[in-house]
Amino acid sequence: MAALQTLARRCSTSILKRHFSVSSPVAAQMTVRDALNTAMNEEMKRDESVFLLGEEVAEYDGAYKVSRGLWRKYGDKRVMDTPITEMGFAGIAVGSAMAGLKPICEFMTFNFSMQAIDQVINSAAKTYYMSAGKQTVPIVFRGPNGAAAGVAAQHSQCFAAWYGHCPGLKVVSPYSSEDAKGLLKSAIRDPNPVVCMENELMYGTAFEMSDEAMSEEFLVPIGKAKIEREGTHCTLVSHSKSVGLCLEAAQILEKENIFCEVINLRTIRPMDEETLINSVKKTNHLVTVEGGWPQFGVGAEIVAKVMESDAFDYLDAPVYRVTGADIPMPYAATLERATLPGTQDVVLTVKKSLHIQ
Amino acid sequence: MLSCAARLVRAQIQSKPTACWVVAARGYADIVDEATFTTSEYALHKLDEGPSQTVTVTRDDALKYYRQMQTIRRMETAAGNLYKSKVIRGFCHLYSGQEACAVGMEAALTPNDHVITAYRAHGWTYTRGVPPVNILAELTGRKSGVAKGKGGSMHMYGHNFYGGNGIVGAQVPLGAGIALALKYKGSNDVCVALYGDGAANQGQVFETYNIAKLWDLPCIFVCENNGYGMGTAVERASASTEYYTRGDYVPGLRADGMDVLAVREATRFAAEWCRSGKGPMLLEVATYRYHGHSMSDPGTTYRPREEIQEMRKTRDPITGLRERLISVNLATAEEMKQIDLDVRAEIDKAVEQAKADPELPVEEMYNDIFVDEPPFKVRGTNPFMYGMSK
Repeated sequence: MAALQTLARRCSTSILKRHFSVSSPVAAQMTVRDALNTAMNEEMKRDESVFLLGEEVAEYDGAYKVSRGLWRKYGDKRVMDTPITEMGFAGIAVGSAMAGLKPICEFMTFNFSMQAIDQVINSAAKTYYMSAGKQTVPIVFRGPNGAAAGVAAQHSQCFAAWYGHCPGLKVVSPYSSEDAKGLLKSAIRDPNPVVCMENELMYGTAFEMSDEAMSEEFLVPIGKAKIEREGTHCTLVSHSKSVGLCLEAAQILEKENIFCEVINLRTIRPMDEETLINSVKKTNHLVTVEGGWPQFGVGAEIVAKVMESDAFDYLDAPVYRVTGADIPMPYAATLERATLPGTQDVVLTVKKSLHIQ
Repeated sequence: MLSCAARLVRAQIQSKPTACWVVAARGYADIVDEATFTTSEYALHKLDEGPSQTVTVTRDDALKYYRQMQTIRRMETAAGNLYKSKVIRGFCHLYSGQEACAVGMEAALTPNDHVITAYRAHGWTYTRGVPPVNILAELTGRKSGVAKGKGGSMHMYGHNFYGGNGIVGAQVPLGAGIALALKYKGSNDVCVALYGDGAANQGQVFETYNIAKLWDLPCIFVCENNGYGMGTAVERASASTEYYTRGDYVPGLRADGMDVLAVREATRFAAEWCRSGKGPMLLEVATYRYHGHSMSDPGTTYRPREEIQEMRKTRDPITGLRERLISVNLATAEEMKQIDLDVRAEIDKAVEQAKADPELPVEEMYNDIFVDEPPFKVRGTNPFMYGMSK
């Protein structure tokens, strides 16, 4: 781990010399995968009761290599390979949390969490309330969420809206490596049940990491959004991979002198309404962007929140949503591309909001 | 006419448990300190030997079991009456008839062991240490209830007791998870995960057997087979009704769930097995419930009234213990009558409190969503109404 970080640091210093440096010269680069790995490693080192279970997390080093090296370091007791029985092992994970351990339960993708969703909602999320505060469930459910590439309908669903619906659950959706590390660490330390939805296509993407982000005590607070880019004409709000889409769209629009404010939600539940509302009051225009389906989605919830808030009086246009198409995910590459939102969707929608041709 | 399960409960007792030599005189001077009985045979699965059929009980323990079972019986009867007078709402699943299971198992466990069960949980909540008044107040939804009225019948928690679970079968993997935590922490304690004959067919139960056996988890799986999954008799739901064998590679045994001493002995055997690191064990207790599945079910459309009456008359766990104790002079009829009166008085008093106590103030409905969280706003039923969750 340390060798990898040093290597990354050496590479990044040479790369950074060619760009405007926005952080200190020793800023490192880290992929989302490594950030998640580092988060789990640091938290397992810090707290004996933290352990990881799931399919292929141990000897395979993780289906997507997110848990690489952890089994070799911590052994069978702390990193457990499970059979392919989501309902069973998710229930076991929840039970172990009830009895005082701090499990990280990995779903190979959140599509498979549907088989275990009763344990997530009825056994984990609701228990603290039903017991009137007697029984805690300090568990983290994590794994890739949403579309990947060419994996078709059963393996491409976004579960942000489903899990975000439920009181008693915290739901986070990191975009960058800093998000991934800080949110996962916060999730593991949080004594409540937390769903951490990652994105497979982001695992290999490298991001700059500040010195602070590289420290073992770096946490990103759950429930606080991040303004990735400030702007004045239109607010773009998003989560996970779509944040990147918004940033790209914002760059394109900048060339036409349209300055978008890009908000990275970071947390789906509890959602940072304050940041959203303040931004809308500033820009008077809002476009939500997500990969998931439109009906009853994250964007739909944001629209409702804004309608019911005093930000409504500041809107100069309806709130618009950019989402995945309202169809099961097709396999063929062209069709898949057309199913997921692209920069042109965001640019078009922002212009519509601003009544620009 | 009798259903398969009832037949089983009757059949597995070849003869009524025998007593040792009966003393003729009945005065207090003749009261003995302990006595030995013979239980009916245990059915074994993948076990070379099973629990002992010879069980010894001390006077103190016997009277304790009697009192505990009687308390559960009276408490459940009171709950049934409160439900009929609409003071208890929603679901109410009574344990009457099954008392020997909770009391017998608890007798072989310690408070450091862990227990999780399904929704027929009032008896277990009591044996795990929650006073009847707090159980009844939870049923009536008052703030003195064990979950302040926020959980209700199916969601009562206690020390090393994880409810009370409403989703059939979900508690079984939870129980194995608790056992995992115990093993992880190097503890010598076990977890008892209970489920019924209906839940025994759930896929997640088999997923749990698999992991528990693979990982040698100190978990006693207990099937409380009362012959009916709601309104469906066991032979109509299960291709195999030998529930103690359904764990396949998990060794199992079946005991007479109407005999508190047999249950205790079987549990002792299973607990020792699990504590010694040999992995899980499956214990089936053949029992019977007098009432319907819940208070919404009269319990007579799918089984004959005669069967219920027969069970009450010949196999009642409380009567059975009373007769045993009297027959060997472990206790007198008078002192057990006194216990009956004491229990009745305790439950009557608890009922009064459960009816009189207030519910939680409405503002408190927003609490207990998250632990260790600074107060946050929670939306109410209209956009202008918010509560603070503390």
